[in-house]
Amino acid sequence: MTTLIDQTAPKLTPKDFVSDQDVRWCPGCGDYSILKQVQTVLPDLGRPKEEFVFVSGIGCSSRFPYYMDTYGMHSIHGRAAAIATGLKSSRPELSVWMISGDGDSLSIGGNHFIHLLRRNLDINVLLFNNQIYGLTKGQYSPTSEKGKVTKSTPMGSIDHPFNPIALSMGADATFVARTMDRDPKHIQQMIRRGYEHTGTSLIEIYQNCNVFNDGAFEVFTEKTSKKNETLFIENGQPLIFGDNSDKGIILDGFKPKVVDLTQGYSASDCWVHDEQDQVKANILARFFDNPSIEGHLPRPFGVFYAIERPTYNDLLNQQIAYAIEKNGEGNLDKLIAGKETWTIN
Amino acid sequence: METAEEQILESVVIRFAGDSGDGMQLTGTQFTNAAALYGNDLATFPDFPAEIRAPQGTLAGVSGYQIHFGSKKINTPGDTCDVLVAMNVAALKANIGQLKIGGTIIVNSDGFDSKNLRLANVPEDQNPLENGSLDKYEVKKLDITKITRLALADSGMGTKEIDRSKNMFVLGLIYWMYNRSIDKSIEFINSKFKNKPQIAEANIKLLKAGYHYGETTETFNARYEVKPAEMAPGVYRSIMGNEALAYGLVAASVKSKLPIFLGTYPITPASDILHELSKYKNFGVRTFQAEDEIAGVCAAIGASYGGSIGITTSSGPGIALKMEAIGLATVLELPLVICNIQRGGPSTGLPTKTEQSDLMQALYGRNGECPVPVIAAATPSDCFNMAFEAVRIAAQHMIPVFLLSDGYIANGAEPWCFPQSKDLPEIKIDFAKPTEEKFMPYARDEKLSRPWAVPGTPGLEHRIGGLEKQHITGNISYDAHNHEFMVKLRQEKVDKLADDIPLQTIDNGAEKADVLIIGWGSTYGAIKTAVNALLLDGKSVAHAHIRYLNPLPKNIGELLKNYNKVLVAEMNNGQLIKILRDRFLVDAIGLNKIQGQPFTTEEIKNKLSEILG
Ligand SMILES: Cc1ncc(C[n+]2csc(CCOP(=O)(O)OP(=O)(O)O)c2C)c(N)n1
Ligand code: SF4
Ligand SMILES: [Mg+2]
Repeated sequence: MTTLIDQTAPKLTPKDFVSDQDVRWCPGCGDYSILKQVQTVLPDLGRPKEEFVFVSGIGCSSRFPYYMDTYGMHSIHGRAAAIATGLKSSRPELSVWMISGDGDSLSIGGNHFIHLLRRNLDINVLLFNNQIYGLTKGQYSPTSEKGKVTKSTPMGSIDHPFNPIALSMGADATFVARTMDRDPKHIQQMIRRGYEHTGTSLIEIYQNCNVFNDGAFEVFTEKTSKKNETLFIENGQPLIFGDNSDKGIILDGFKPKVVDLTQGYSASDCWVHDEQDQVKANILARFFDNPSIEGHLPRPFGVFYAIERPTYNDLLNQQIAYAIEKNGEGNLDKLIAGKETWTIN
Repeated sequence: METAEEQILESVVIRFAGDSGDGMQLTGTQFTNAAALYGNDLATFPDFPAEIRAPQGTLAGVSGYQIHFGSKKINTPGDTCDVLVAMNVAALKANIGQLKIGGTIIVNSDGFDSKNLRLANVPEDQNPLENGSLDKYEVKKLDITKITRLALADSGMGTKEIDRSKNMFVLGLIYWMYNRSIDKSIEFINSKFKNKPQIAEANIKLLKAGYHYGETTETFNARYEVKPAEMAPGVYRSIMGNEALAYGLVAASVKSKLPIFLGTYPITPASDILHELSKYKNFGVRTFQAEDEIAGVCAAIGASYGGSIGITTSSGPGIALKMEAIGLATVLELPLVICNIQRGGPSTGLPTKTEQSDLMQALYGRNGECPVPVIAAATPSDCFNMAFEAVRIAAQHMIPVFLLSDGYIANGAEPWCFPQSKDLPEIKIDFAKPTEEKFMPYARDEKLSRPWAVPGTPGLEHRIGGLEKQHITGNISYDAHNHEFMVKLRQEKVDKLADDIPLQTIDNGAEKADVLIIGWGSTYGAIKTAVNALLLDGKSVAHAHIRYLNPLPKNIGELLKNYNKVLVAEMNNGQLIKILRDRFLVDAIGLNKIQGQPFTTEEIKNKLSEILG
C-alpha cells in the first residue's frame, strides 16, 4: 500500500492513537497487549490519523475501536466484514481495519468473513481468537477444542473446531498470518506486514481470556514450552524450532515430519518456507495438532501465505472509471428520458 | 377480400395468457410500447408464476400480461378484459373468469389437444372449444402452432425454436386488430437478435404473418381504433415502477452530489433495481451484490459512514434479515434508504404476487424503540418521486428511511411525463468540517439531526456504535435517564420530520363529504377510478392517498374530522387502519384484500356504495 507521507506534519506517537475512553477489559486480558501493539505500529505507517478507520463487530475484542483515537465503528455481531466492505469499496483511499473475535467472525459472521477473503478487499483483519465467547461470559466458541467444558457444554463440547488459518486458505485469502498476544514484537511485525499487503490481510491473534479460558495458549506462550511447541516461519528460511533450534521440518512427499537436527539432519535438509507456495501453505495451515498428542507438529506463527491478487475495491472503482471514460459522466436527462419518448402538444 | 369494419373504442383491456415459455410478457410489453408511443394512456399488470419454467401446459405455469389502454385517463390495468389471448387450455381456464361476457377469445387451438387437456386437468370430453361453454364469448380459433411451423418451414430452425416464435404471430395479429404499426417491434427484434440474424428474420416473418393474417382472412370482421388520450402537454415515456425507483435514486444522487452505494441480494420482485443501477456506473453508482441481505444492508451502512448514500433493496424475507442492521443505522444516525418491494408473505409466501403486508414490519419490526420514517409510492412513476424523497430525508435528517413499493407497481407500466433535471430540487448536504473545538458527534441541529463527519476529515476522529449513546458526546452511556432521554429524542426526531413533508391533500372529491376512502401505496389507481365513477354519480365521497406513513402529515387528524365515515383500503389484513385508529381514535372501516392480486375497481366501488348506503 503506497501513500504519500506528509513530511511537514509532526510525527505521530502512540499516544496520539489513545482515545479519551477508559479501557474496560478485565485486568490481565490479552486484548490490552494487542491494543498497545497497534497503537505502537500506527504512528510509523506515515499516514495521517484521520485516514484510519477501525470497524468491529460485537464481543470483548470488538470494543477495540472505542480505545483508538481514530475513526471507528463498533457495529453489530458478526457484520464488521460487511460494513468494512461497503466503506472500503466506496472510500478506497482510507486505511480500513477490522477487529473481530472468534465468535464474531467464525460463528455469526462466518459468511461475511469468507466472502471478504474471497473478494480480497484491501482491509486488515485482526481476528482475536481466545477460543471462547468472552462477552457473554464463557460459552464455547467455534474454535474451542473438542471436549471443552464450558457453561454451555457441561459434558464437554462435541463440536469439531474450525482452524481459522485453514479456513482462510480455503476461502482463497491472499494474506494469512498467525501471531500471539504475548509476543509484542511479533504482533507488531505481523501488523506491519498485513498493512503493507494489498488485499485482505487475515491475522489470527491467539489471545488469552484470563477469566473464561485462561491458559488456552499457554504451551505456545510460556517460556518453558514455547520453543518446542511453536514454529516461527519466515519467508526463505528453513523450518527450524526447538529449545536449541535443534529440530526441523522436512517434507516426505506431502507429509511433514519433525527431524532431529543433531542426529543426521541439517538445516539444509529442512523445508524452506515460501509464502507464495499455496500447496505448502495449505500443509502448514494444517499443523493444528493438539499439543498433548504424542508426535504432534509444532504450531506455526508468522505469515503462512501472501500473494497479490486484484482487490475488489480496485476492480470496482476501475469499472466506474472505465464507464465514465467510455460513456462520459452520467447525463440525468438522458437517463430519465430513456430510448423512446413521445410528445403531446 | 372485404375490408373489416372499423370501430372506435374509448378503451380496451387485452390479456395475453400462455405458458411461461410462450413469451407472453414480451408480447405484452411490445404492445404496451406501441400503445404508449401512439399516445394512449395505459396501465399494465404482468402476472407470472414464481417458477421460471413451471411444468408446461399446467395451470401453475400460466403467465399473463394485461394491458388497459385508452383515449381517456387510465388508472388501472382493468378489472376484466375485452380480449383474452389463450395459448393453451390452462391459460384459458386460469383467465376466463376475467373476460367480459361477449368478449373476444383468441385461442391457439393446438394448445387444446388431449395432452394439454390432461395437463390442465380438463376431462377429454369437456374441451371448452367443443362443449359450448364459450358460447357467451366470441371465439377466434387459430392453429397458431401450425401456422408458425408452416411459415418457418424453410428457415432451417428446429421445431422447438420455431414454436418459440408463436408469440410474434399473436403480436402481429393484435397490431392489426388495433391498427398499430409493426415497425417499432421490427426495430426491437433486430436489435435484440443482432447477433442471430436467422432468429431475427424468423420473428419478423411471423410478426408480419400475424398482421397479414388479420388483413387477408375473414376471421376478424372488425378492426378497432383507440385514439390517443388527452394528456397534459409534455414529453412522455413508458415507465415501470422499479425502473422509476432506480432513476429516482440516481436523480437524488446527482442532486445531492452524494454517490450511490447499493448493497443488496437478489430477490423477486426487487432484483430489477439492482439490474438497473448496476448499469449506471458512469454516474458513480457502486452496486454490491452481497453474500446475503444482512451483508447488503451492512455494506450500505459502511458506505454511508464514508459519505455515500447507502441504499439497500429487497422484499419480504430479505427485509426481515436486515432489521438488526437497520436498528444499528438508527442508533448510528446515518443515512440509509431501505427499499422494500413488497410481495405476498409470510415467509417465502407469494414471491411474484403483490401485497402491502409489510407496513407494520417497517414501522415496528425492530428490537427496542426504533422509529424510522416510512414512505410509500402510489404508482409506477411515483416510485421516482418517492425514491428521490427517501434519499432527501435520509441524507438531510441522518436517518434510515423505509421506501415501500410492491410487486404490482414495480412491474406495472404507465406513461410518464418525466421531469427535467433542472426542475428537480437540489438536496443540500453539509458534511461536518474541522473545528477548533472538541468534536461532538451527537450534537444536534434544529431538525435534531447530528453532524455527518466522514472518515478522512482531520480532527473529527470519533467512534460510533450500537451501544446507547450519551447525548451530545456520543460516548457509551448506560445511564438510566440518558437512555430514556435518547429513546424519546430519536422518536422526536422522526416526529419533527412532519415539518419537512407536504401536508396531506384530498386527491379526489370534496374537502367535506360523507365517506373518505384512504389508501396508501399501489392501491391508488383502483381507488381513483372507483371514486371517479361514484363522483360522476353524484355520490358524497372523497379519496386521500397517504404517501408519508411515518411521520404522518400533520393535518391528517383534522382532515379526518371532515368526513362521517372513513374507509381504509389495503392489500393486507388491516395495518394502516390500526395506525389511524390508534393515532386518531377514528372508527375507521377496513377493506382488505389478501389474494396476491390488486384491488379491482369494482371491489372498491361496491364497498363504498355499501357504506354510502
Ligand atoms: C445478534 C447477536 N447475537 C448474540 C449476541 C450476544 N453476543 C455478544 S458477543 C458474543 C460472542 C462473542 O465472542 P467472540 O466474538 O469470540 O468475542 P470475545 O468476547 O471472545 O472477544 C455473543 C454471542 C449479540 N450481541 N448479538
Ligand atoms: S472476558 Fe476474557 S476476553 Fe473479555 S475482557 Fe475479560 S479477559 Fe478479556
Ligand atoms: Mg472469543
